[in-house]
Amino acid sequence: MDLNLSDEQRLLRESADRFVAETFTADHRKTTANEPLGFSAAIWKQFAELGWLALPISESYGGLGGGAVDVGILMEAFGRGLVTEPYLSTVVIGAALVTECGTEAQKQAILPEIAEGGLYLAMAHSERAARFDLGKVETMATKTGDGWRLNGAKTAVLDGAAACQIIVSARVANANGSSGKLCLFVVPAGTAGLSLRDYSRLGGGRGCSLDLKNVQLPADALLGDGSDALPAIEAVVDRAMAALGAEAVGIMQTLLQTTLEYTKIRKQFGRPLSANQVIRHRLADMAMQCDEARSMALRAALMANAEPVARSRAASGAKAKIGKCARFVAEQSVQLHGAMGVTEELDIGLYFKRLLAFDTLFGGSAHHYRRHAALSGRTQA
Amino acid sequence: MDLTFNAEERAFEQEVRDFLATNLTPELKRATALTPSVFSDPDIGMAWQRKLHAKGWGAPGWPVEHGGPDWTPAQRWIFEAECARAGVPNVNVMGVKMVGPVIIGFGTAEQKNFYLPRILSGEDYWCQGYSEPGSGSDLSSLKTRAVREGDDYIINGTKIWTTHAHHANRMFALVRTNESERQQDGISFILIDMKSSGITTRPILTIGGDHEVNQVFFDDVRVPVANRVGEEGKGWTYGKYLLEFERGAGIASAKLREALRTISELAVSDVTGRAIDDPDIAMRMSEVEVDIDALEMTELRVLSALQTGQNPGAVSSILKLRNSEIRQAVTKLGVDVIGNDGLAVEPARPFYKLNHEPAIPEELLPVVPEYLNGRAYTIFGGSSEIQRDIIAKMVLGL
Repeated sequence: MDLNLSDEQRLLRESADRFVAETFTADHRKTTANEPLGFSAAIWKQFAELGWLALPISESYGGLGGGAVDVGILMEAFGRGLVTEPYLSTVVIGAALVTECGTEAQKQAILPEIAEGGLYLAMAHSERAARFDLGKVETMATKTGDGWRLNGAKTAVLDGAAACQIIVSARVANANGSSGKLCLFVVPAGTAGLSLRDYSRLGGGRGCSLDLKNVQLPADALLGDGSDALPAIEAVVDRAMAALGAEAVGIMQTLLQTTLEYTKIRKQFGRPLSANQVIRHRLADMAMQCDEARSMALRAALMANAEPVARSRAASGAKAKIGKCARFVAEQSVQLHGAMGVTEELDIGLYFKRLLAFDTLFGGSAHHYRRHAALSGRTQA
Repeated sequence: MDLTFNAEERAFEQEVRDFLATNLTPELKRATALTPSVFSDPDIGMAWQRKLHAKGWGAPGWPVEHGGPDWTPAQRWIFEAECARAGVPNVNVMGVKMVGPVIIGFGTAEQKNFYLPRILSGEDYWCQGYSEPGSGSDLSSLKTRAVREGDDYIINGTKIWTTHAHHANRMFALVRTNESERQQDGISFILIDMKSSGITTRPILTIGGDHEVNQVFFDDVRVPVANRVGEEGKGWTYGKYLLEFERGAGIASAKLREALRTISELAVSDVTGRAIDDPDIAMRMSEVEVDIDALEMTELRVLSALQTGQNPGAVSSILKLRNSEIRQAVTKLGVDVIGNDGLAVEPARPFYKLNHEPAIPEELLPVVPEYLNGRAYTIFGGSSEIQRDIIAKMVLGL
């Protein structure tokens, strides 16, 4: 039992914190907001040089073999700077799906290229009717003579427009036309029949909706051997939620610090806001919730490779709890900034929106308390 | 990082489990489960303390030379967690965990030699004389006076919320030995024999119907100056040191988990008509469990820092606050789980020695009293409002 950072982890944290503080300034955010991709390709190259893209990828495929805690250290720093580079889409989710499901040839082809910074990935899984149910997919894949044909519609595809390849989930149609196993397909950007509605994502970065109309793919577009991909998707999303939790902690901590400083400077009735007990207690609650969120993100990371029920319980528990804490810290940060908090003149609003996006992604607190209750046998799944 | 215990620690865990399996009798477990107050009565609590002492585990936090077992922080955590899981009696903390560390830290050799063995063996039973009717959160405004007369102090005044004063043979108290500008100055830390003449004790029943706390009156009570711990006028420093122990026991999550498990078992049982089938109750149960997970993780983070000799910082207030709030959430859930049976009031005590058949199933008896008495968790040991003041000051630097 040891929850102290190793020397390597301490170094990773220091270098990530320094890089983020120097690079992801308020000015930088204004510039990248207008970039078509929503992030800087040059900085992505620097991520590769720093070894961050290789971090969780296995050493057999050009990676560093890091774990969920290492990823969390990086994500927390990213949260502080509201980093919009597609680390979650490409490395935390994309590379993990390929690792979990891909054939040897697919891993060889994709993973080293991610590590080197030459490839952006996105996952297209969510659908409107499914809400946050990972098992509910209506997009269909039909076997054709020499490949596959995909039809369906996806929502909330993070960084879809930037992706070189989109990993799309679909039900493979049985011979009688009924829907069967859930499978993943690697769809290159620009494939005929793909249409993207790209949007600027709440809190920074980009996302899109994706329509697939008779998208024709070669046989080897199928990721892996065609066995049911749902367990892998659940595992990858659980780990992504742990990583997002760490990112949320970085965002919350920044909001707390900024708000704390503001209440010390802002004077009303002849004294700083922070002289009022009601303000001090609010800040104490915010600090406490930041700390609880930190504990839960770490817990989810440490349980990332536990057996599936324990892993999912930890991930849903963390997502639910951090989501609740994040909304509280975000809303109180705006509240304590007064009218300035609801303007775009301060960064507070951007951090607020990023936390709102965090709470929404993969389902909010209520969804995850329900999932936790079902996984704990308290309710029927 | 690693969330699991190593082989050595697991072996220790097994040793604790074996000890519990042999020593925690069904009678002690039942009495503990049916006690709705914070601490077990002395017949139960001290019976357990004697078993711990016989094994050499009577005072886990003490240095070896005074009878501590020389455990690592991880071993202490494992011990507390296993004890909670097994449902051991809640031994009154005033001796081993409160006055013991102060005597060890600031007492004379004579005081250590006299008092410490008697705490360990359970021969002495302690109560704490801190709060007064006019001094709650603003504790250092206390007015009980100790006036020097030769080799004695003459004590006059009153203490309140004194847990188990009606059982205790000794009290450690903060008394004013000097009027000074700062109200924190002029306070001394004194050990009082409860059999001294001039002491009277008035019972106070808590809203759950339990007699756990009292008011104690001092009318010209004579106490030898030799019973003062540390310097005259420095008592506030020692008292604060002790409050840190009261707040930061540091290992509360295991007990909360056990309390939730008890409520969960009731919720899936026919006794409550399967309360768990109410989706709101099921979800709240998960919500509370997740809160306990978070607290446990914070405790383990503190433990890890302690293991490597780091100072975990001012987290004891955060731990105290969350522990008390989660405790209340669990007891509140309990009331909802038992539904109509919560309407039945059983005034007799203790529940484990009733002379009649209770009107509702025995295991439901403590649920409502635990909720009612449990409102005190966010009040004693520094109210939640005081804890938030401390967090603002110590954690946020305000």
